[in-house]
Amino acid sequence: MPTTETFYEVMRRQGITRRSFLKFCSLTTAALGLSPAAAAQVVEAMQTKPRIPVLWLHGLECTCCSESFIRSAHPLVKDVVLSMISLDYDDTIMAASGHQAEAIIHEIREKYRGNYILAVEGNPPLNQDGMSCIIGGRPFLEQLKEAAADCKAVIAWGSCASWGCVQAAHPNPTHAVPIHQVIHDKPIIKVPGCPPIAEVMTAVITYLLTFERIPELDRQGRPKMFYGQRIHDKCYRRPHFDAGQFVERWDDEGARRGYCLYKMGCKGPTTYNACSTVRWNNGVSFPIQSGHGCIGCSEDGFWDKGSFYDHVTDTRVFGIEANADRVGLVAAGTVGAAVAAHATVSAYKRISKPATFGDSEPGESKQQTGDRS
Amino acid sequence: MSIQTPNGFTLDTSGTRIVVDPVTRIEGHLRCEVNLDEHNVIRNAVSSGTMWRALEVILKGRDPRDAWAFTERICGVCTGTHALTSVRAVEDALGIQIPENANSIRNIMQLTLQSHDHLVHFYHLHALDWVDVVSALNADPKATSTLAQSISAWPQSSPGWFRDVQNRLKRFVESGQLGPFMNGYWGNPAYKLPPEANLMAVAHYLEALDFQREIVKIHTVYGGKNPHPNWLVGGVPCAINVDGTGAVGAINMERLNLVSSIIDRTIDFIDQVYIPDLLAIASFYKDWTFGGGLSSRSVMSYGDIPERANDDSAANQLLPRGAIINGNLNEVHEVNLRDPEQIQEFVAHSWYSYKDENKGLHPWDGVTEPNFVLGPNTKGTRTNIQEIDEGAKYSWIKAPRWRGHAMEVGPLARWVIGYAQGTPEFKEPVEKVLTDLNLPVEALFSTLGRTAARGLEASWAVHKLRYFQDKLVANIKAGDSATANITKWDPDTWPREARGVGTTEAPRGALGHWIVIENGRIENYQAVVPTTWNGSPRDPAGNIGAFEAALMNTPVAVADQPLEILRTLHSFDPCLACSTHVMSPDGQELTRVKVR
Repeated sequence: MPTTETFYEVMRRQGITRRSFLKFCSLTTAALGLSPAAAAQVVEAMQTKPRIPVLWLHGLECTCCSESFIRSAHPLVKDVVLSMISLDYDDTIMAASGHQAEAIIHEIREKYRGNYILAVEGNPPLNQDGMSCIIGGRPFLEQLKEAAADCKAVIAWGSCASWGCVQAAHPNPTHAVPIHQVIHDKPIIKVPGCPPIAEVMTAVITYLLTFERIPELDRQGRPKMFYGQRIHDKCYRRPHFDAGQFVERWDDEGARRGYCLYKMGCKGPTTYNACSTVRWNNGVSFPIQSGHGCIGCSEDGFWDKGSFYDHVTDTRVFGIEANADRVGLVAAGTVGAAVAAHATVSAYKRISKPATFGDSEPGESKQQTGDRS
Repeated sequence: MSIQTPNGFTLDTSGTRIVVDPVTRIEGHLRCEVNLDEHNVIRNAVSSGTMWRALEVILKGRDPRDAWAFTERICGVCTGTHALTSVRAVEDALGIQIPENANSIRNIMQLTLQSHDHLVHFYHLHALDWVDVVSALNADPKATSTLAQSISAWPQSSPGWFRDVQNRLKRFVESGQLGPFMNGYWGNPAYKLPPEANLMAVAHYLEALDFQREIVKIHTVYGGKNPHPNWLVGGVPCAINVDGTGAVGAINMERLNLVSSIIDRTIDFIDQVYIPDLLAIASFYKDWTFGGGLSSRSVMSYGDIPERANDDSAANQLLPRGAIINGNLNEVHEVNLRDPEQIQEFVAHSWYSYKDENKGLHPWDGVTEPNFVLGPNTKGTRTNIQEIDEGAKYSWIKAPRWRGHAMEVGPLARWVIGYAQGTPEFKEPVEKVLTDLNLPVEALFSTLGRTAARGLEASWAVHKLRYFQDKLVANIKAGDSATANITKWDPDTWPREARGVGTTEAPRGALGHWIVIENGRIENYQAVVPTTWNGSPRDPAGNIGAFEAALMNTPVAVADQPLEILRTLHSFDPCLACSTHVMSPDGQELTRVKVR
């Protein structure tokens, strides 16, 4: 009888008591916004689940998603790989190469038909018959479609797989496309960001294992639990925005005092991500805390919305073909007005309903800046 | 039939062809083909870059102040080094001087990357070429403990510690789900470590995986996140405020202490775990002297880690600058990135076309037109390649040359140049390692030498990290809190036309970005990266590249298991996303730069 180490055993082995383990499970349940009754389900899952196979493919990408993944502090990636999933194919860390590597994909497809997860980092290019990304002598697109054919669900890691990201920026010379444009018959969970936050990545995986279902997604396919709010909604510098205290120039007095970076081009007001709540690298900081505005890296097409230093948020009708300065002139008023209006709404809410200040419901939040709804 | 290459290798394609695609445990996508003679010795080697993303053409028309963010996404493994190279190129073009604090913080960022990247490469990308994971199951934990304690003071070395790791590994293997270790080459006779050394290395593979995420928190403090921290033309984005109110958003005493404590722990990990492991493993592979390739002949480094801000002279760089050719260590040549005669790229064997493919072009003169064609001796089809024809075009990587020479770049190149220049901080550690292992200096020019140089460099980098963090604090104490120079932030202050070069020594080697700015926008952008040098295909004269050269004449124990091929390729730490180039969607001409 093969023995498989469960999450519970991992924790016990690391000297964590059963009492602490149960506490961990109820905290996890609460953090995910579930009823206390779900805690028992979490305990059950953590104690008994065998490891589900994961095939992690790489297309056109920079490997920042893999690098982010191994930074996860809770759970540790060591425990994810040894005890939670079976990471059977991942060309960045796997021992096998060449045909021994490719054989694994066939084996998992056969053995676990309909019962493995396909994780995709990067995306397939369509120009040059797909041969600007070659795996095993063939286009990456073929490997991707074959691995997707028998999977249970797909995780689109990062902005490449979710939206296209940098290689798909104008003029997208390789015709790189997000994976939902080539995989049509499987559920796809988009976990955008360049890269996504490590603990968000491991949380998406552990959610799938724990609850055996796909997390609730927004209309664009992102888990609401991490992408339901804008960075601006929960930014610790938000009071300075509301008070009209802004950094005006790099390294000025406002910068040293930690004022709002909106005027330096911060895209926090239009970016849906968990950076200002989960923060980065086990909560050490996030871009705004370290003095640079958000560049909006989890948003679709963020490379083509004008300079990162214009306080302009572009809408999709403005391509890079339009002069970014002209777009700026046209759009700055609109968006500035929208953000200002939002600030007013916030201020009003603060007076009328203090409990909801700063929160925006996933459904309504999309409307407030007037774009991308 | 055999062919003599101008750079001194005899290629013979008569034997059995072996194909490795994909080459795993690298960044990006690489294919390798070799011919084995009747004794299973490699007599011909072909390295083919199998991806490109065309980032440079995407940069055309953009704001130069944004370029760091685009180029940073060239590679998420060597994260930050392209961004630094980019802001340097823009500052060079526009004549922007940066504050001393910005120089120190940039050095801290770059040295953090060197320390982290080398560590992760050794344990997570390279170790499985030397370490047999399955053999660790047969180790005696007590003997493993004795071995570990004999080479290091690292405290996690008790028999119980190793027994625990072994039990976990046992349960993992018995589960039948081998995860990343599935289909590995376990039991291959080219593995030489005793079970105890294997168990020690597996334990440290896992410890290093836990620890590496600590190192990058330094990037998070100064750059807000890792991978892909934030940068700024003119300085760094993080302000310093050690006295005033509102310091939560700026570098203050708590932030400085956090960085300092991470540096201390990283010094311990590298000096007490990485370096002793490296030497222990090397001692069992002393007889495996293969993989030298170009390292004993032609190596190059641009230099990096400027002691003072705004001084690009070679004397101001703590990592050496220079080129050695034809194996003459007595002469280190000057390298000038602006000289059109020195660095040139060729495409005769790359999937691009030039008007005259016998000639090379300087990056400021770069022309890139994609031309995905396969040679007449290709086996298979256009979208299902069985064997490539290296007589024709066979790679998405161009062939850069320095004064016509194929060059090796990277840690070994830097340390060979530092050694040749007689710089004590490079020469002494090299001599100590050679003495400890009882090896001649020639042993340096090998796969193992490349791997050892990377370890020495990780230790060098983490101690320099301490130096620049202390320097930053001393400068703040002296009353200087400046982190950015904004006098040329506004594009209205820029000349109508400008061009610049930025360089770094990335973990994998010499990295250069060339930029042309016109009317406040990027007119042309070219990156020549370390893996373009090392992974280069043949040039029109027939010189083979560094990967190809290093594979030559290596015996392979089991023809069907590419363990030795991986070992040597991995010793370069290949990064293929970096080595890709510009193209146009329909083959129309792009990015032609007029040199003024």
